[in-house]
Amino acid sequence: MADLGIAGVALALFGGAIRASTPFLFVSLGECLTELSGRINLGLEGTLVCGAMSAYGAALLSGSPWLGVLAAALVGALLGALHAGLCSLARVNDIAVGIALMVLGTGLAFFFGKPLIQPRAPMLPALPLCPGCHFAPLRAALDINPLFLIGVALAFVLHWGLANTRPGLVLRTAGDSGAAARAMGYAPLLVRLWATMAGGALAGIGGAFLSLYYPGSWNEGLSSGQGLIAVALVIFARWRPLACLFASLLFGAAGALGPALQSIGVHQGTYLFNAAPYALTLAIMIATASPRGALAGAPAELAVTR
Amino acid sequence: MNASGAASLEVAAMSKRFGANIALADVAMRVPAGTLHALLGENGAGKSTLVKCIIGSYRADRGDVLLDGREVVINGPRAARALGLGMVYQHFTLVGGMTVAENMVMARPDIPAIVNWRAERRALEDFMARMPFRVPLDRRVSTLAAGQKQKVEILKLLYLGCRFLILDEPTAVLTPTEADEVLRFLRGLVAENKLTVLMITHKFREVTAYADAVTVLRRGKLAGAGAVRDLTPETMAAMMVGTTLAPARADREPARGQPTRLAIQALCATRDDGLLALREVSLSVGGGEIVGIAGVSGNGQRELVEVLAGQRRAAAGAIRIDDQPFRFTRAEIRRHGVRCLPEEPLANAGVARMTVAENLALRDFDAPPLAARGIWLDRTAMRAAARLRIADYAIRPPDPDAPLGSLSGGNVQRAILARELSGEVRVLIVANPCFGLDFTAAADIRARLMQARNHGVAVLLVSEDLDEIQELADRILVMAGGRIAYESSAAEADLAAIGMAMAAH
Ligand SMILES: Nc1ncnc2c1ncn2[C@@H]1O[C@H](COP(=O)(O)OP(=O)(O)OP(=O)(O)O)[C@@H](O)[C@H]1O
Ligand SMILES: [Mg+2]
Repeated sequence: MADLGIAGVALALFGGAIRASTPFLFVSLGECLTELSGRINLGLEGTLVCGAMSAYGAALLSGSPWLGVLAAALVGALLGALHAGLCSLARVNDIAVGIALMVLGTGLAFFFGKPLIQPRAPMLPALPLCPGCHFAPLRAALDINPLFLIGVALAFVLHWGLANTRPGLVLRTAGDSGAAARAMGYAPLLVRLWATMAGGALAGIGGAFLSLYYPGSWNEGLSSGQGLIAVALVIFARWRPLACLFASLLFGAAGALGPALQSIGVHQGTYLFNAAPYALTLAIMIATASPRGALAGAPAELAVTR
Repeated sequence: MNASGAASLEVAAMSKRFGANIALADVAMRVPAGTLHALLGENGAGKSTLVKCIIGSYRADRGDVLLDGREVVINGPRAARALGLGMVYQHFTLVGGMTVAENMVMARPDIPAIVNWRAERRALEDFMARMPFRVPLDRRVSTLAAGQKQKVEILKLLYLGCRFLILDEPTAVLTPTEADEVLRFLRGLVAENKLTVLMITHKFREVTAYADAVTVLRRGKLAGAGAVRDLTPETMAAMMVGTTLAPARADREPARGQPTRLAIQALCATRDDGLLALREVSLSVGGGEIVGIAGVSGNGQRELVEVLAGQRRAAAGAIRIDDQPFRFTRAEIRRHGVRCLPEEPLANAGVARMTVAENLALRDFDAPPLAARGIWLDRTAMRAAARLRIADYAIRPPDPDAPLGSLSGGNVQRAILARELSGEVRVLIVANPCFGLDFTAAADIRARLMQARNHGVAVLLVSEDLDEIQELADRILVMAGGRIAYESSAAEADLAAIGMAMAAH
């Protein structure tokens, strides 16, 4: 039995990692874009929750979960535009605005989401990658949501685009030196507006995944801080989209550890295993901390003092 | 871009004010095509403001710009670039996190939506092959030395097909050899009628050797202009300052052989990228002595000064002052009177958004007399003290309430030096104190360093300007590859041996 137990845990962990990593992936790719443009948006946790609520509501009203995803992206982009707009005012600090938007986003979601707790919205379908598999845990692990695949593709596209396209180069210029961008005739504030909106839209999609696929319902405890952890994850990934992908999978696996062990009947220390992502965040932050201040690869315009 | 070859430029009645401060008043200038024109003036005379108004990064209050005889409106960098006008700013505008190649392609006005790197690289390599100096295309710009960055800035603009090039103090951060290399190259392009150059500089040597004509500004007004062959450094200097005052000079008093005050023992430190920058550096400075460290930039001088300023941790070795270990606490710094004027003082020793008065008080705001009222700052006393220092060091504008960041480069330098040289000074560490200073200011600061020495201060002078070191130092050291490669008393120093030691790395 022990063999099957371990195989079962491994499969559950694999499937769980993919499920749990998707929101991390979208939020961290979004935050990665925003930070590369020279701004931190700490409000993505709020955007995530707001996106989850809007997706659920829109899916319920329209009957199409994909319209829900679209709605979440739009709401996310709007919140991003609000953040960017506030930050383009003189003497406004992006971190403070981010924290305010985090509270605002969750508050709005809870307020408008009250009537959405009871009804059932249509869920996003999964792609069964191995419909013929007889071994049930394997089949379950290979039921993958298309959003995850889109996220993986997006990570590769961003990785390539940041080095090989005009928008990518302009984005990095604005993030590394506003003065240089201005000297070349680009408006850093405008670049940051677009980047923050795109980041918000991605975080909204991450929220849609939460409410429309896994766990697949709308309630006020839906997010457990994924939006915040994803921000830390970007730093850990050194602002590289592909590293964001691997970091998301790692965190997803850590998040799936508790449920996976439960599925084979290990109930001791559940709370401890459920805390794995948070412990991992702390451990990684300490391990990758630099004793000499600035991190290599950090966009130079990112600053706490503005 | 239809026209090719050098462009001519004319400026008429250019005026610009910042609040009550008139930075430019009715300035006119003519730069014929295919010439190298120098723009001279004291610190704060308005040189940078004038060229920024031309290029469109400041909006002039009044004034016209004529390019090739036609009036043009330049409302921003893109418009300037479309006209073939390019500028290298006083502060670098390269993107540190990107490679040289990415920076050069980024500056193009017409970057394709998808960059074909293979074709771009081929074009870049072809271009580089025609240039007299090479820069590594794949290096991150943040890892380049100042001289290399300057070259990338110039190459970038030439790559863009610039016909009129404006350079704001291009040689301030270069060694004389590097400066000659850059200027000779520009001179060549000018001679081939491919380019017109307008260059701001403080160095008469460069003007007489490379420029065709000069325009001189004084306190925002046109003070004179003419062909270089009709002018001497003395006449140009007189135009700059308005009189023919001889610059200040302090004479060296005979050394009194005081005991060692600052001792550095087998100091090791690493650079940001983890490589060893200082390899067991040992040296000592006695009271009433100036020890000069010469060397090409990037050989560990920056790290040495950072360690001595308490900004970088030493990996090994010891620093002793008055034969006691020194650990950079504020109490120790005050007790031993340790002062420091690092490179780039605005970033390393000042707070740009604080006022001049506050910056001047950073050393002593928490001690009497400024802190006579307990934990409350005595702003009146602070301002009064600042006014004295502003007058003493001729800091312009003479406003204690202006933010430090709004001062011109040279005036920031003076403000920080004014702070570091006031009070009880016993050990002074200075790095390139005259970078970007006009000749009177440079002479003034050198005189003050000599004065400090005569009063018994132990001075460690790190400088890339060998003339400065020869003029000031009692003992000359050369730093190369993170080691002290040469040491001699100034009287017995051998220029050839110093040059060998500098190049040895
Ligand atoms: N952005 C600004 N805001 C306010 N005042 C300014 C600004 N830029 C320049 N000034 C003022 O305009 C005057 C001219 O400054 P400018 O930078 O043109 O001098 P400069 O001739 O280039 O001097 P330096 O040789 O020190 O570089 C100075 O008094 C300066 O304080
Ligand atoms: Mg200037």
